[in-house]
Amino acid sequence: MAHSGINILFEGRNMVRLLGGLWISAKIAAIAIVVGLVLGIVLGALRTLHNPLLRAILRLYLEFFRVIPTVVLLFLFYYILPQNFNINMGAESVATLVFALWFAAEMSDIVRGGIISVSPHQVDSGKAIGLNRLQLYYYVLLPQSIQLMIPATINLVSRVIKTTSLLLLISVMDVINVGQQIIEANGQRYENGSFWVYGFIFILYFILCYPLSLWARHLERKELVNANG
Amino acid sequence: MDWSIVQQGIPTYEKAFLLTLKLSFEGILGAIIVGLIVSFVRYFKVPGLQRILGAYVELSRNTPLLIQLFFIYYAFPEIGFKISAQASGIVGLIFLGGSYMAASFDGGLNGVPKIQVESGRAIGLTDWQLARYVVLPQGLSLSIPAIAANVIFLIKETSIFTVIAIPELTNTALDQIGMLYDTNEALFSLVVGYAIILIPLSILLTWLERRTRRGTFGN
Repeated sequence: MAHSGINILFEGRNMVRLLGGLWISAKIAAIAIVVGLVLGIVLGALRTLHNPLLRAILRLYLEFFRVIPTVVLLFLFYYILPQNFNINMGAESVATLVFALWFAAEMSDIVRGGIISVSPHQVDSGKAIGLNRLQLYYYVLLPQSIQLMIPATINLVSRVIKTTSLLLLISVMDVINVGQQIIEANGQRYENGSFWVYGFIFILYFILCYPLSLWARHLERKELVNANG
Repeated sequence: MDWSIVQQGIPTYEKAFLLTLKLSFEGILGAIIVGLIVSFVRYFKVPGLQRILGAYVELSRNTPLLIQLFFIYYAFPEIGFKISAQASGIVGLIFLGGSYMAASFDGGLNGVPKIQVESGRAIGLTDWQLARYVVLPQGLSLSIPAIAANVIFLIKETSIFTVIAIPELTNTALDQIGMLYDTNEALFSLVVGYAIILIPLSILLTWLERRTRRGTFGN
């Protein structure tokens, strides 16, 4: 006779293993977000310069990462790097690289949108008091647009967290992969194994993403009030 | 890259391509209907229902499609609902897409200037007439670019259907890699398959955004 399903989560080292899987997903997401944030801000600022070639290249980079589904991006890097360029990276590194490049691409669009929304008077005034281009970005454009960028960036972070669910496809031992193993190993004794394990992971993702979406919405509303006031 | 292998694979990829389109179409249509319902319930502040649908929206937006699919395909049969892989895929896409579509419709409906609603009231329109002749025509056209962006997003999400072994584009490519080791050829066909669908749509989206901006009052 089958055991009560929820115990599958607590049997043996199952819970520790699940949380260990979550840690791997979190680590990949965290590194990718930090690298992608820095790269994205630089690329976004570059996209506001009046250099047509540079803008075209960066636009192409953005569109490439935006048009191709993330699953396909993962496979492209996972299979093509070792086979055609002789670069051997572990699955975790490949995933970090793909997520970082993807985050940077989307971030560059957020940063560009923020910067071009700063009123041109600000730029003119900055030039009038003799700021050079770098100072203009650092003291005038970025500080004024950062408020606008934050909600979209939080949403992007939450998208990256949700996308870590795809890690299983390139055999990273993430939380879902561990969950599958637990279900397979205990399937004989627990009829409702999938229900409890996948339900648990479902809630885990919800707990991670829901506060972020509340926070983003709160900031957006505040922004709206400020703009109308 | 061996072009003859790519060429031999065309019929298989064509089938996968059509399946991707078919599932996307059904899922997106369902998502639009769910989104409209959710958005109307919120716009007209229907008591009770508003709360339930609010909870649905949060669950749908804050969890990944992959785990939603696993839950629908593997966990539901354990509690008595058995559905096929393809049906699970469509249900998953509707569950995910419904909340995104609702947000787009919300944006459109709330984008209709207040003065329009007040003017409608002033000339004595009923709630229904107000919705039918003032809010919906303007609100729905305002939401079109956001809907188009969601369509692109949801088509891309169908690539995740591979985890429940639906033979769409991604699954077909993975099969070819797994069985025949034609890695480059498979990935090439895969990217081309998505590009054929997504590049025209993304150009259409840019055009729609420009048109809608021009169509708003005062621009």
